[in-house]
This record gives sequence, C-alpha cells and structure tokens, in this order.
Amino acid sequence: MSAETHEVHRHPAPTGFIRKYIFSIDHKVIGIQYIMLALAAVLVGMIMSLLMRLNLSWPGTSWPILETLFPTGAPGGVMTPEFYLSLVTMHGTIMVFFVLTTAPQGGFGNYFLPIQIGAEDMAFPYLNMLSFWVTLVGFIVILLAIVVEGNASLGQAFAALGPSFTGGSGTVGPIGGWTGYAPLSALGKIAGPGQGAGMNLWVISIAIFCVGSLLGALNFITTLLNMRTKGMSLMRMPLTCWAWFTTAVLALLSFPVLLGGGILLLLDRIAGTSFFIPSGLYVSGLLSGSNPNFPLHTGGSPILWQHLFWFFGHPEVYIAILPGMGATSHILSTFARKPVFGYRAMVFAIFAIGLLGFFVWGHHMFISGMSPYSAIAFSVLTLSIGVPSAVKTFNWLGTLWGARIRFTTAMLFALGFVSLFVAGGITGLILGQSSLDLAMHDTYIVTAHFHLVMGVASIFGMFAALYFWFPKMFGRFMNEGLGRIHFWLTFIGVYTIFVPMHIMGIVGMPRRYASFTEYRFLDSLHPLVVLVTVAAIITISAQLLFYFNVFWSIFKGKKAGDNPWEATTLEWTTTTPPPHDNFAGVLPTVYHGPYEFAVPGAPNDYVMQNDAEADVSSGNGHNGHKH
Amino acid sequence: MVTSTKKVTSKGIGSGGGFPGPNGKKPGGNGFHGGDRSKRKFSPATYRITMWVVLAAVLMMFAALSGVYVMSTEEQRQPIAMPAMFFVSTGLILVSSGTFHKAGRSLQQNRPRAYLRWLLATLGLGVAFLGSQLVGWRELARAGVYFTGHPRSTSFYLVTALHGAHLVGGIGLVLYLVIRRLRLGWLLHGEKNSTWHSVVGLYWHTMDG
Amino acid sequence: MGRVLAVIIWIITLLSVLLFVSGKWWFPAAISEHAPALDRQFLITIVVVGISFTAAQIGLGWMVWKYRDTGSKSDRATYSHGSNRLEVLWTVITAVVFITLGVMGQSVWASLRLHDAPAGSYTVEVVAQQFQWNFHYAGKDNKFGRTDPQLIDDSALNFVGLDAQDPAAADDSVTAALVIPVNRPVELRLRSKDVIHNFWVPQLRFKQDLVPGMEIKVHFTANKVGKYELACAELCGQLHFKMKSYMLVLPEADIQALQAMPQEQFQARVAELLNQHQLPSY
Ligand code: HEA
Ligand code: HEA
Ligand code: CUA
Ligand SMILES: [Cu+2]
Repeated sequence: MSAETHEVHRHPAPTGFIRKYIFSIDHKVIGIQYIMLALAAVLVGMIMSLLMRLNLSWPGTSWPILETLFPTGAPGGVMTPEFYLSLVTMHGTIMVFFVLTTAPQGGFGNYFLPIQIGAEDMAFPYLNMLSFWVTLVGFIVILLAIVVEGNASLGQAFAALGPSFTGGSGTVGPIGGWTGYAPLSALGKIAGPGQGAGMNLWVISIAIFCVGSLLGALNFITTLLNMRTKGMSLMRMPLTCWAWFTTAVLALLSFPVLLGGGILLLLDRIAGTSFFIPSGLYVSGLLSGSNPNFPLHTGGSPILWQHLFWFFGHPEVYIAILPGMGATSHILSTFARKPVFGYRAMVFAIFAIGLLGFFVWGHHMFISGMSPYSAIAFSVLTLSIGVPSAVKTFNWLGTLWGARIRFTTAMLFALGFVSLFVAGGITGLILGQSSLDLAMHDTYIVTAHFHLVMGVASIFGMFAALYFWFPKMFGRFMNEGLGRIHFWLTFIGVYTIFVPMHIMGIVGMPRRYASFTEYRFLDSLHPLVVLVTVAAIITISAQLLFYFNVFWSIFKGKKAGDNPWEATTLEWTTTTPPPHDNFAGVLPTVYHGPYEFAVPGAPNDYVMQNDAEADVSSGNGHNGHKH
Repeated sequence: MVTSTKKVTSKGIGSGGGFPGPNGKKPGGNGFHGGDRSKRKFSPATYRITMWVVLAAVLMMFAALSGVYVMSTEEQRQPIAMPAMFFVSTGLILVSSGTFHKAGRSLQQNRPRAYLRWLLATLGLGVAFLGSQLVGWRELARAGVYFTGHPRSTSFYLVTALHGAHLVGGIGLVLYLVIRRLRLGWLLHGEKNSTWHSVVGLYWHTMDG
Repeated sequence: MGRVLAVIIWIITLLSVLLFVSGKWWFPAAISEHAPALDRQFLITIVVVGISFTAAQIGLGWMVWKYRDTGSKSDRATYSHGSNRLEVLWTVITAVVFITLGVMGQSVWASLRLHDAPAGSYTVEVVAQQFQWNFHYAGKDNKFGRTDPQLIDDSALNFVGLDAQDPAAADDSVTAALVIPVNRPVELRLRSKDVIHNFWVPQLRFKQDLVPGMEIKVHFTANKVGKYELACAELCGQLHFKMKSYMLVLPEADIQALQAMPQEQFQARVAELLNQHQLPSY
C-alpha cells in the first residue's frame, strides 16, 4: 500500500437486479446502457440505409416484405418517394443523434472518464442516470414517429392530440432531412405527407435529446474539473479525457441553441406562431390566413432556423468525432508501444477544433441567401479549421513512426480511423470554399464527405474503443478472428460505398432525391449507383458478424486479465471488471504521464500511471525528441 | 504496491512542461482535491462549477431566442409599446439583487436573524416580480400585442416566460436557503452554508441581469 | 498483418485516385462565364487535397509496414514524446496551404456575389413552388407587372399572383421553362411561394436557394446556346426529385422576338424551341 493513497469507506454496491442493471447510478452500467442504445439505434439506421440504397439503384422494384410491413408507404412493395424521404430523414437523425451522440460520449466516456481520472463515480450519479433515461425517452419518441406515420389507425388515434398530430401518411417518419429546414418542417400537414404527427414527434424527440445531453455534459465537466485523483494533473490526463471534456463543453454550449430552436419550431407547428414562417405563403392551393388549416403568419424568417440549427449542427459534428479522435490517440499509442507524439500539440489541437467549430456554421449556408460577405468570413475560417485537424493527423503518424505495432483488431480500427478521417476531412477543404460550394452544395459529394468523416471515421473510433475496452467492461475478449474479418470487410466496404459518391457529386447528382430517373445528366452514373448499393449490402451484412461477436463474447469470450493489453492508464490498474466504486476503496495516486511506453531502462516496455517505482525522468527531456 | 524508499521522480514526464498541474517534487494535488477523500462528502467547487456550467447553458438558450429579434422579417404591424408594468418589474428584480447581497453580508457577519429577514425580502420581491410580469402581459395583450402575432411579439412573451420560469427555479433555491436557515438556526456559519449561499447568489444575480 | 494492411491501404488509394483521374465521370461541360475559373479552382484544390490524401495514406501504409512488431522481445519502440520543431513546421505549412486555398476560393464568389447585376442585364423573376418552376418575364415594356400573394390562384393558372389591373402586367409572360439570352448578364429575382427550393443548373456551376419571404437577386452570364436541365437542389417535400425544368440559352435575336410576343404566343414558342433543342450529350 503506497503511502499516498487514502483509505475511505467503500460504497456498498446495490444488490437488487433493478437497481444494479436498470435504474443504476453506477456510471459503468450507464455507460453500457448507452452503448446498447447505440447498438440498437445503429441497427435501425443501417436497415434504413439498406432500403434507401435498394430504392436508388433499382427504383420501382417490388419488395414483397415491404408491402406487408408498410402497406401505404410501399404499395405493391414499391417504395414511394415520400417513403424514401422519410427513410433519409430518420436515417440521418438516428445516426447523428442516437448513435454518434450517445455511444462515444455517454457510452465510453461515461464508463472510462471517471476511471481514467481516478474517481469513484461521476460527480452527480443520479443526474447521470437521468440523462440516460431522458435520452432513451427521446429514442422511443422518434421510434414512435415511425409507427404513427406508418400506420393509418394509429395515426388517427394521434389526431386526438390536435389537428397537427394527424399521422398515417404512409411514411416512416417526417420528411425534412435531419436538418429539418423550415418552413417545410414548420407548416404542418398542408405541406405534404410526413408533415403531421411524424414531424411533431421528431421535434419533440430532438428537444428531449437536447435535455438529456445537457445533463450529461454538466456531469462530465464537473467531474473532470473537480474529481481527478491525486497526481492527475491536467497534462497527465489521457487524451481520451481531453476529448470527452471538450466534447462536453461543445455540447453544453450548442445543445441549448438547438433546444431553443426546437421549441420555436414546435410553437410554429402547434401554437400558430410565426418564428420561421413569413407572410404571404401559398401552400397546396391555400393562402396563409385564408383557411383554418392554414392560419395567418407574418414576419418569420426561414433562415433563422438554419442559423440556429447549424450553430448547433457544426459543433455537433465535432461532438461526433472528438471522442473517436481521443480513442484513436489512446489506442494508437498503446499498440504502437510508444508515447503519443506531441501530446501537448494534440491537446491544443482538440481545443482549437472545438473553439473554431463555433465560428464556421455558416459554411452550411453559403447559398441560403445570407449575406455574401459573411460567407467569405465563414469560408476562410472553415479552411483554417483544417489546420488543427492536420496537426492531429501528423501526430498520429508521428506516434507510429519508430513504433512496434501490435495489430490487434482495436488497432486495426484505430488505423482505419486515421485513414478515413483524412479521406473525409480533405473534401471539407473543397466544400469549405464558397466558390466551389456553388457547384458542390447539396450534391452527393457532401454525402460522401460526411459519411467518410462521420458515418465511418467516427464509427471506426467506436469500433476501436469497443474492441479495446471490451475486456475491461465484460471481463472477456471479443473474438479477434471474427474481429479481423469484420475489419477487412468494413474497411474495404465503406471505401467502396463512399468514394464513388464523390464522383456523383462532381457530376452534379443532388441529395435527397427519391430517384435519379428524371434527369438525363445523371444517367451515366447508374453503374456507380449500383456499385455503391452492392458494396453497401456487403458492408451491412458484415456488421452481423460484429453483432454476433459482441453478444457471443459477453458470455463465451476468452477470459481477460486486469491489464491484457499491457497498457498504462488507470482503468488497467483496477480489477476486470472494475468494482462498484472503481478502485475498491483505494484511489490510485498518479506519478506519470499517460503514455509512458518504451521507457529506456524500465523493466517492462510500459510504465503504468500509478507506478511509484518507475523512474521515467532519465532519457527524456521536455518535449524534446530523443531517439 | 510496496512502499519504497526510493525517491519518486516524475519530473517532466509525459507531455513535459509544467502546464497547470504540478510536477516535480511531490506527486499530489491537481488544484482541486480529487484525491483527497475526506472532503469528498462536500465539495464547494463541485457546486460552484456546476452553477457556472448551468448558467452558461441557460445564457446560450437566451442568446438563441434573441436571434428572433435580429432575423425576423417585415415590419411589425403593432410595435411593442413597453407597458409601464415592466419598468416596475425591472425595479423589483434589481432591488431583490440588493437584498440578496445584504443577506450575504449578514451571513458573513454571522447575524442569522438579519440573514433570514433579507432572504425573505428577496423571496417576496421575486414573487412580486412574477406577479408584475403577469400584469404586464395582460397590458400587452390589451394593447394588441399577441402571442401568435409577429415573431417579435411572440419572442417577447417567450423570453419573459422563460425568464419567469427560471426565476421560479431561483425562488425555489432561495426558499431552500430559508429552510436551511430555519433548520440550522444559529449554527449557520460554515463552509457549506456560504457555498450554498454563493451558488444560489450566482444564479439569482444572473437571472436579474 | 502490417504488410497486408499497408498493401490494402495503398490499393484503395490507387483505385480512388484512378477513379478521379479516369475522366469517365466529371463535371458536365461548362456554359457560364464564371465556370472556367471555378473549374480551375476546383482542379487546384483537388490536386492539393489529392496529394495530401495520397501522401497521408502512403505514409500510413509505410508506417504499418515498417514498424510492425516483429516479436523480438529485446527490441523496444523509440522513446519520444515528440518534437516541437516538427510541430511548428507542419502547423505553419498546413496553415499557409489551407488558408491560401481558402483565400483563392473566394474569387469566383466575390466576382459573382458582391455586386449587383450590371446595367442592361436581362431580368427574370423566378417563383418556385412545390414542385414546379414559374418564370415571369417583363415583356416589351421591360417592367414587371405587380404581383401579390393574395392574387395567386393555381387553379386559374395565375401561379405568380400577377395583378391583371396593373398596366405593366399586360405584356408579361409566365412560363414553366427558363429562357435567357446568351452572352448577356442575366439577373434572376428568386422567390418561393411555400418552402425553400434551390435553383441548380450543373452546367452553370451555379446554385441559389429560393427562400419564402425573401427576394434574392443573383446574376450570371451564360455563354453557350442550348437546352439544359434545371433541377431543384433543396429538399422541398414529396416530389423534390421531380421538380424539374429546362433552361434555354438562346441568341439575342430569339430573345428579342420572344419579348415582343403576348403570353400565349410566348409560351407556344418556348415549347417549340424546347422541342428543337437537344440536351447536350452526356
Ligand atoms: C464528424 C463529422 C464531420 C467532420 C469532422 C467534418 C469536418 C469538416 N467539414 Fe463537414 N460535414 C459534416 C460532418 C463533418 N464534417 C456533415 C454531417 C455535413 C453535412 C450536413 C448536411 O447538410 O446534412 C458536413 C458538411 C460540410 C459542409 C457543407 C457542405 C454543403 O452542404 O454545401 C462543409 C463546407 O464547408 C464542411 C466542411 C468541413 C471541414 C472544412 C471540416 C474539417 O474539420 C476537416 C478537417 C480535416 C482535414 C483537413 C484532414 C486533415 C488531414 C490532412 C490534411 C492530411 C495531411 C497529411 C499529409 C499531407 C501527410 N462540411
Ligand atoms: C453516423 C452517421 C451515419 C452512418 C453510420 C451512415 C451509414 C450509411 N449511410 Fe448515411 N447518412 C447520414 C449519416 C450516416 N449514415 C446522414 C446524417 C445523412 C443525411 C440525411 C439527410 O439528408 O438529412 C445520410 C444520408 C445517406 C444517404 C443519402 C440519401 C439521400 O441524400 O438521398 C445515403 C445514400 O446512400 C446513405 C447511405 C448510407 C449507408 C449505405 C450507410 C451504411 O449503413 C454504412 C455501413 C454501416 C456501418 C459501417 C456502420 C456500422 C456501425 C455499427 C455496427 C455501430 C457500432 C457501434 C458501437 C461500436 C457502439 N446515407
Ligand atoms: Cu423544390 Cu426541391
Ligand atoms: Cu459544418
């Protein structure tokens, strides 16, 4: 027992099943709950993307199973345009909110941030539980949108809530894209199918989600600032902690804006206000104010919604990727058996990305009708955000240089992250130029950009994190053989899906088109469209291996010890899985930086953060390199 | 781990350099007191940080709503003539800031009676403020500024309503201080109470701003 | 494993680059004055980012090839926490490259958006609605008749709400296809009746949202006679994918002739011209 550690009384672990696994206030259980939520949500999102691809490459084909499931949305098994568009909307919404804003932060962050800083739990355990359950309610509400719009009798039942709640338009949710641009999203039923109950539920779900995320962010920030264990100075924190912390700050400052916007949108829809609806609209043969179904509106600004949405939306995309960056740095260093290259630069880069992220939202709105001068300011700032991103990339490569790489599945996914992040990030430099956006906006090159960087790089960060931390969380390894097959198929698969989409965008293929058959200039792209679909089918099937691996390994995987990867940070100093209060009553004391691998003269090639014996001062100047 | 006699050296490790946290001689301390478990039970910093963080979020939301003022289009048919009542409410709330400050002073000087008095005064002013807002709304509506009118009118209602809702929260917090005072009587002096007082004060003063 | 990964990364990089340089799919041939500059800027950018992409992927592959763990126990990784010199170097280099790109990327935008349409531009009012385009021409008096949302009546084919009482409206025409002169600046006044739409002609390299409640003025100059597809590029509801029209770029003489025609004749002539012209071969 080291002299510096402190004895405290142990918190007894709850014993009942409900308190232990369902309404748990243990951050570890809550973390796993978030991950399970993401695994469920991603399944829905993936199935939707599969249907979208089928419709795009073989329009008009009859898929009998769809007829059974959605008699109005897919009459005769053929998807209607409104059915397709609601798929797009729900796919985007579920993926961005319920997958990428849950698992990376609420899941892995929740589980590992307290352990990595040597705390016994989050600052506010009950708040933590609450934020998960609020988020879950948000998810249930958005799933409700599927059935309420998809099922005529349920849709009628919902009409009891008010005329704007009529559903049953045969879609699987609202039509608006994940960005829900007003006034389409604000006008209500008269604007077409999918604008009734589905849209209301969509807005409500997002608003609930905002609340859940805010509670989470509050907890993360307070915990990290105030509950680090002895010796865990800021610059000794693992990069994952820096990433989770910055993400929490971004969430804290951006979600209130979306929440505000969501409330305004909902008021426009159900209370007859006019925040986003100007006067003199003429929709579906009705003039605003001429009919009880379409009340008089004056003075609203459709662009206001875009400002509010993107003020949130751009930081949101970094919320989606920063935890992946953190995990990647962490895992690269561990399996490279080498300290992170330029730790300090990495920390500054995370901060720079977070800070600049608040000043570039206008790059989504170059052609929205906002001032052309502000477009220029947004554009130049956007390009400069590439600098800290490139710095991170260089440091990842620097970490690998001179390494002794161990190719575990987690490492493969982390390497995949680097590759995909570069591939997706660089097209941001194209879209970010106001001139080029004249041609590129709302074409498939945007789709390609954000899928590579978000739809797969961020997801690869999560895959890496799961393969890496699974042994700590469940006491068993995931199967490495299956994991490798999963990696190869997914890595090659996603490149095959998303690289050709750039070409489609250059030719000019617009996004959110239910079919490309109307335009001759798109005809030549058909082979690529089919190629993408085939690749998507294979890639999505490969995910079944992953799901099987997860659930099989929880029960049957190879048993893991306390520190199976020979890693250095605090989560590997405690037992596997960690006890209820993380360190069995004795909080560790930290003596070293987080990534002391290959220290010359040390007995092992890794020095754990709480190792009081080791002397890492020799052979290491400050930031200076020594080789 | 075994206690060793060997001196622990951890100078310049990791990222090197001495950015905030300590390095060198002793391994402990991070500016807060994470590792020090004796204080885990009550940590003033936890509450202070949390309150700052909450306020940041609330301010962002108000900022979002003020976007309506900037962005809404067309002239307002019925420009908002500020009802006199709103000046009264502004006065009330500013005074309440003062009374709350007074309460804090009494607490410092360990005068529980005066503390209670000032708290109750603050509470009364808060409630009066809410009442005056309601009256103000009625005046507005009578002047033809409706909730479903021009976005500027709506957001006027909305911002005041949201502010009111937050003030209700503030009143709850002050009420909590009053209850603490009544429960603890003369034993009020102490870190925990001053923390609570300053945390609530942070909230109250911000809501007045 | 390291070598396999390296080879796969390199193959993916090679195939991706090949797809871009194959030339089988690229922008449709440009027909506007600003387009060549935009295409050049695109080319410069894609070469720069293409080189970064390739360099990063080759570098990554090389690292995993070279520094794979060969299993010898004694052999440790290099102990290094980084190099400040390198950090400064690559920060400065990327900052210079990216910001230069960013500044260059403003020139077409600035030339197109920072000033009003030049005098003598040909002006068309564009009124979008779910899922149809309406183009309103001023006629020979060069004055647009008054429009008012109150007067819109789709069933009476008054799609833009033209006021028949206004004398300036008498010679106006409204068509479903856009007809513009070649080699003369064109000003579009963009409005929408219901939700946001977007005016998108790939050959023009030009996009602009049409926002309800706003009249957005934009301008460009087309420099090649022909018939081009016009698409809606902002999600506007169910039939967004079908909200299609054509843009006819005609010699000045044809435009003058059209402008002198009353509405029925104008529409008939446009229909005729649409039939005469072929789409470019893609
Ligand atoms: C995780 C999510 C994520 C991330 C990280 C990013 C990162 C970036 N994005 Fe992206 N973006 C999205 C998600 C994301 N984006 C989404 C979802 C949309 C669409 C929303 C919608 O409309 O539905 C979008 C759309 C979008 C647009 C709007 C396009 C349009 O609609 O017209 C723009 C425009 O500027 C843009 C720019 C950028 C830029 C400049 C970055 C930069 O941060 C990228 C920085 C990275 C790099 C620059 C790579 C660094 C590496 C190198 C350069 C390697 C160098 C190495 C060597 C040479 C060895 N993005
Ligand atoms: C995270 C975000 C994410 C992800 C993963 C995906 C995944 C996929 N997406 Fe999607 N997509 C979006 C976000 C995402 N997408 C968004 C925001 C839009 C815009 C919507 C809009 O326009 O409004 C969009 C739109 C969009 C379109 C454009 C539709 C249109 O404009 O008409 C298409 C078309 O093909 C498409 C296809 C696909 C395909 C084939 C996949 C594949 O399914 C790829 C294969 C899947 C994986 C490789 C992921 C596997 C992940 C797991 C199994 C999770 C693991 C979990 C843990 C470790 C906890 N997507
Ligand atoms: Cu009009 Cu899309
Ligand atoms: Cu962005």
